Amino acid sequence: MSSTVPSAVKRPRRPKGRIGGHGWVAPVLLILPTVIVIGVFVYGLIGANINTSLQDRHTIGPSQGFAGLENYRDLFTDDDFIYSLRNLLLYTATFLVGTLCLGFLWAWLLERKSRGESLFRAIYLFPMAVSFVASGVVWRWLLNNAEGDRASGLNRLFESLHLGFLANPWWTDERWGILAIAVPAIWQLSGYVMALFLAGFRGIPEELREAARMDGASEWQLYRHVIFPQLSPVALSAIIIIGHMSLKVFDLIMAIAGQTNYTTQVPATQMWIEFTRGDYAKSAAIGTVLLVIVAILIVPYLVSTYRQERRR
Amino acid sequence: MTTDAIPAAVATRIPGERSRGIWRAVKYILLIGFALVVLLPAYVLFVTSFKGLGDATPANAWKLPESWETAGWSRAWEQLGPALGRTFAMVIPASIISSVLGSMNGFVLSKWRFPGADVVFTLILFGMFIPYQAVMVPLVQLMGNLGVPNGIPSLIVLHVVYGLPITTLIFRNYYAAVPVELVEAARVDGAGMLRTYASIILPISAPAFVVVLMWQFTSAWNDYLFALFFSTSRNGPVTIALNFLASGQLQDYSASMAGALIASVPTLIIYILLGRYFVGGLMAGSVKG
Repeated sequence: MSSTVPSAVKRPRRPKGRIGGHGWVAPVLLILPTVIVIGVFVYGLIGANINTSLQDRHTIGPSQGFAGLENYRDLFTDDDFIYSLRNLLLYTATFLVGTLCLGFLWAWLLERKSRGESLFRAIYLFPMAVSFVASGVVWRWLLNNAEGDRASGLNRLFESLHLGFLANPWWTDERWGILAIAVPAIWQLSGYVMALFLAGFRGIPEELREAARMDGASEWQLYRHVIFPQLSPVALSAIIIIGHMSLKVFDLIMAIAGQTNYTTQVPATQMWIEFTRGDYAKSAAIGTVLLVIVAILIVPYLVSTYRQERRR
Repeated sequence: MTTDAIPAAVATRIPGERSRGIWRAVKYILLIGFALVVLLPAYVLFVTSFKGLGDATPANAWKLPESWETAGWSRAWEQLGPALGRTFAMVIPASIISSVLGSMNGFVLSKWRFPGADVVFTLILFGMFIPYQAVMVPLVQLMGNLGVPNGIPSLIVLHVVYGLPITTLIFRNYYAAVPVELVEAARVDGAGMLRTYASIILPISAPAFVVVLMWQFTSAWNDYLFALFFSTSRNGPVTIALNFLASGQLQDYSASMAGALIASVPTLIIYILLGRYFVGGLMAGSVKG
C-alpha cells in the first residue's frame, strides 16, 4: 500500500483486470475475517463431523471410544439406508430431467418476442419465491392418496375429468412414492431453469443465426450446430444448481410426508431422526455420506472454475 | 400435441402466412396451458383458505367456497403473527450484514491480486454447495459453546456465515466487469483501499446489492433446515410455525392454506416488484460463475 505508483508500470505482465504490486496486506486483512469464519464453520466443522462419525457415540453422552469405520459399515449394510440412497437417486434423476425439459421448453417458447412474455415469465417463475414448507402445505393436499368417493386433490380432479386411470397412491407407494415428491420440486424450480436458458438464448448473437441460415442450414441443423453448443454452459450450470439442491432435499419431504414416513425417506430425513434420537455418530456419518455425494458433483465443477480463474 | 408441434416447427422455415399462424396458435395454447398448470396450486391455496370447516370436504375439493369465510385466516394469523415478526427481525439484519461483507470480499477478490487469491476464492465457493447436514452435529455444539442463544440470534449468525460464499460470488462477478482503470486512477490519486472501495466501488454497486439482498432475504425467509435445528415453534421463524400449524392432527385445511399464503407474501411481493433485477442478477451469479 505504501507505493502509489501504478503497479502496471512496475509489472507489465500482471494478470488482466486486477491490480498487483506490493499492496497485498490490506486486501488480505479485509478478507481475513471471512476466511477465518469459513475455515471454522465449513472446513473445521466438516473435520469435526468426520471425527464424530468415527466415534462410538450413540447417545447424547460423550464418546465411548474410537469406532473406526464401523458406523459407515453399519450404514451400508442397513437396508433402510440403502433404500434412502435409492430414493435420493430416483428423486434427483426425475427432478433434473423434469426441470431441464420444462425449463428448456418454456424458454424456447418465450425465446422470440412473444406477446405477454413478461407475464408468462412471471407466472412460471413465481413458485420459486415460495418456501418448500409453504408449497408443501398445498401439495400434501393435492397429492392426497385417497381414491374413489373419498378422493380429494389431484385424484379427485382426474376423476372429474374422466381420467380416473391417472389416480394413484402418490407418495405412499413403496416403490415409486419418492417420485411424487419430485412433482412439486419440478413445479417450483422449472421457472428458474427457464430463466437460465432464456438468458442463454438471449446471449446468442443474432448474426450467428443469420450466418447459419445464409449457409442454408435447416432449422434442426441451426439448433444442432449453433444453438445447442451455445447453450451447453447454461445447461451445465443448471445441472450443478438443481443437482446439488436435489441431493439436499429435506424441507419438502418434511412438509408433505413428515419425518417418519418410510416411503419418502432420504439420507437428510434419516440424519434428522438420528439426531433427535441422540445417535450423534450415526447422524454425523449420514451427513458425511451426503457430503461425499455432493462433492462428486461439485468438485469437478469447482476445479474447472479454478483453472479458468488461473487463466484470467 | 407433438404431432402438431413438429410440422409447425418445420413450417417456420417456409415463409407462409398460414403455417406461421398455426405455429403461433400452438405456441400460445402451450404457453397458456402451462401457465394454468403452474397456477393450479395457487388456486387451491386461495380457494381453500376461504372455506368454512364443513365446506372443506373431498366432494367440494375443487369448487369455490359455498360462502367466503375468513375464519381460517384469523386462525392462521393467530398462530403465525408472532413468528412473522421474528422472521423479519432475523432476515433483515442477516441479509444486510452478509451483503455488506460479500461486497467487500467481492471487491478484494476481483480487483486486488494477493498470493493464493484463486485458492481462497475456490475454497470459499465450496462452502456454497455443502449439504449443511455434513456440519450440523458439531455446529449445534459449537453454537452452544459460543453461547449464542437459540432462536433468532443463532439463525442470524448462521445465515450470515453460510450466506458469505454466494454473496461473495455474486459481487465478485459484478465487480469483474468494472474497468480496472477506475480503481487504478483512485490509487494514483493516493486513495487507500478502503477509500477506493467507499468512493468508487460502493456508489456503483446498487444493482448487485438489489440482487444479493433479494437472494439472501428469500433464502433466509424460506429456510427450514437451520430453523429446525436451532429454534422451536415458540422462538423460531415462520416456516417452523407454519409446519407446526399444518402438520397438526386436526388437518385444519383452511387455516393451513391461509397460513401458507401469509408466510409467502413477503417473498412474493419482492419477486413481483424486483423480479426483473433478480433474473438479470441470476445470470451474473450462475452462468458466469
